[in-house]
Amino acid sequence: MTDTATEMTSGRTDQMQVSDEVAIEIVNMNKWYGTFHVLRDIDLTVHRGERIVICGPSGSGKSTLIRCINALEEHQKGSITVDGTVLSSDLKNIDKIRSEVGMCFQHFNLFPHLTILENCTLAPIWVRKTPKKEAEETAMHFLEKVKIPEQANKYPGQLSGGQQQRVAIARSLCMRPRIMLFDEPTSALDPEMIKEVLDTMIELAQEGMTMLCVTHEMGFARQVANRVIFMDQGQIVEQNEPEAFFNNPQSDRTKLFLSQILGH
Amino acid sequence: MSDTHAQSVGYVQRSQIPPSPPPATEAGAVRWVRENLFSSTANAIMTLLGLLAIYHLAVWALPWILNGVWNADSLSECREILDGARGACFAVIAERWNQLLFGFKYPSTEYWRPTLAFVLLLVSASPVLFSKLPRQLLVLTALYPFVGFWLIWGGSIWVPVFALLGIVAGYYAFKQLERQSFAMGLIGAVVAAALFWWVTGFVIPDLSRIIPISLPEVPSRDMGGFMLNLILGTVCISLSLPIGIVLALGRRSQMPLIKWICVIFIEFIRGVPLITLLFVANVVLAYFLPPGSNFDLILRVIIMITMFASAYIAEVIRGGLAALPKGQYEAADSLGLDYPQAMRLIILPQALKISIPGIVNVAVGLFKDTTLVSVISMFDMVGMIRGPILASTDWNGVYWELFIFAALLFFIVCYNISQYSQWLERQLDTGHKR
Repeated sequence: MTDTATEMTSGRTDQMQVSDEVAIEIVNMNKWYGTFHVLRDIDLTVHRGERIVICGPSGSGKSTLIRCINALEEHQKGSITVDGTVLSSDLKNIDKIRSEVGMCFQHFNLFPHLTILENCTLAPIWVRKTPKKEAEETAMHFLEKVKIPEQANKYPGQLSGGQQQRVAIARSLCMRPRIMLFDEPTSALDPEMIKEVLDTMIELAQEGMTMLCVTHEMGFARQVANRVIFMDQGQIVEQNEPEAFFNNPQSDRTKLFLSQILGH
Repeated sequence: MSDTHAQSVGYVQRSQIPPSPPPATEAGAVRWVRENLFSSTANAIMTLLGLLAIYHLAVWALPWILNGVWNADSLSECREILDGARGACFAVIAERWNQLLFGFKYPSTEYWRPTLAFVLLLVSASPVLFSKLPRQLLVLTALYPFVGFWLIWGGSIWVPVFALLGIVAGYYAFKQLERQSFAMGLIGAVVAAALFWWVTGFVIPDLSRIIPISLPEVPSRDMGGFMLNLILGTVCISLSLPIGIVLALGRRSQMPLIKWICVIFIEFIRGVPLITLLFVANVVLAYFLPPGSNFDLILRVIIMITMFASAYIAEVIRGGLAALPKGQYEAADSLGLDYPQAMRLIILPQALKISIPGIVNVAVGLFKDTTLVSVISMFDMVGMIRGPILASTDWNGVYWELFIFAALLFFIVCYNISQYSQWLERQLDTGHKR
């Protein structure tokens, strides 16, 4: 296991500089579902250009955490600041943050009644008021980037899972987001298709995109992440640079989790 | 290869066997009959019984239809012509054709107007029904309500013209105020349109004197026949769809006040029989209006039927909204679309597609329910048959012929609606059943 680990670390994409500028600042954030305390005293600062992988057992609140960042979930206590804008219940504020923050979902959530191209141009045209022609050029640019320009006029239902997830990434990129959130982007995919999606994400990371990924792809974490965060029962239990995190975990809960997922 | 192989296998096919037709028992009609009608003893018995039933029905009905009399002035004349033989008296349909279609009070010199309005309806509905037609044709659809109204009711052309201009004024007010907020735009539009109509209300009489372009006026109480059914059906269906959408969205709203208004409206209207609503429209509503005010009866009936249908459509659409995965809402949100955009571009196109069978079900039911207005003494198709025609001394007793004719007309319309909706569902299917 150490062999593969060193091999992967040597292939790390660390050329990117992390700037001092703060992209996301979460201070003492708490969230409840009814009386159930899902997120407890979360403090997290993400710098521009940072790639963070969040892992943890199911129900640990990792998806909820990143969904709070673009206000798909409401938090009840504490503050979240994205790109200098404080997340409040003001709808204008929320829409502004959402158009700056791209998100990819586990089940892709492409719009099935629109073609791939229309999926990608919809938000730029209606939210950014980009002229249709320009939006289509941008969309084709990003579809080429995720390597499926030839599917532009098909419907999502005609594509494979991996292709759909890459379209979803392109759709988010068309809004020129400054931050990308990934909510288990490969969990619903066949093993063969995971690689094509991860390759796209790695390429994105190399370009310096600020990324928060909820994922169990530990190889991806080693290769791309600046920081790995381990969550359990609504708390951040441990965070560290990937090498230290995987080779020398501190808490018992982390050790147990790592032994479970890397056990075979 | 075949040379060396031929020895070891010991057999070589030297010639191609020509294709031959399958045995007669396994092909074409014979096979179909065997498989579908006589596949087992029970099936064979059922088939024979079915054929027997069809035979008896034909023996009973065919002479009646084929012996039908088409030219006579009264039922007694029909009977004289038939001279004791069994036969239908279709002459009543021929003789009362105009009454069945237009009612008995609509001036006969003006029949061309509703006929033209009907043809224009088909033309101007087509860009809505068929998305492949050029979008510019939607202008026709937008103009039709005013043209159709003027053709059927007549009167000065300035009334529909200013009604149209008032809506245009409202639209511009909406566009101006929309930047502030959607609700502001909506309020502004209503105020602007109302103001416009109030002001022009003083101008119309003078303008009509100076530039008198008008058709002879036909009052609402003179409308009748199948025309009345078509007017009520078309107007109520096209109004109840948008109202139903608003109600369905309102019922899912986060705002408690809006939510409860919609819930109470839907539940109340659905819990009341349509016929009582029509009686309310006919009788009770008059008590609530200022004395002497002349609130058009057809308008009152349209309001009631529309409310009734929109409550049903709202529930159908709510089903469609609930069937959409939550991810669609989240994806729309995460791209920064606001609520009206997300609904219009993402949610409703999908929810309405799912709801098509239910909406068409309500529409077909509503169209047939327009015959209920005969109960509040309006002379629609059924009202005409039950009232003026059957009560006349000439045609007293001609039930079958008239009601079969009425059923046939309604069937043609409803069957076409149903066929259209199935075609539309196939058109909208983008193959994403996952």
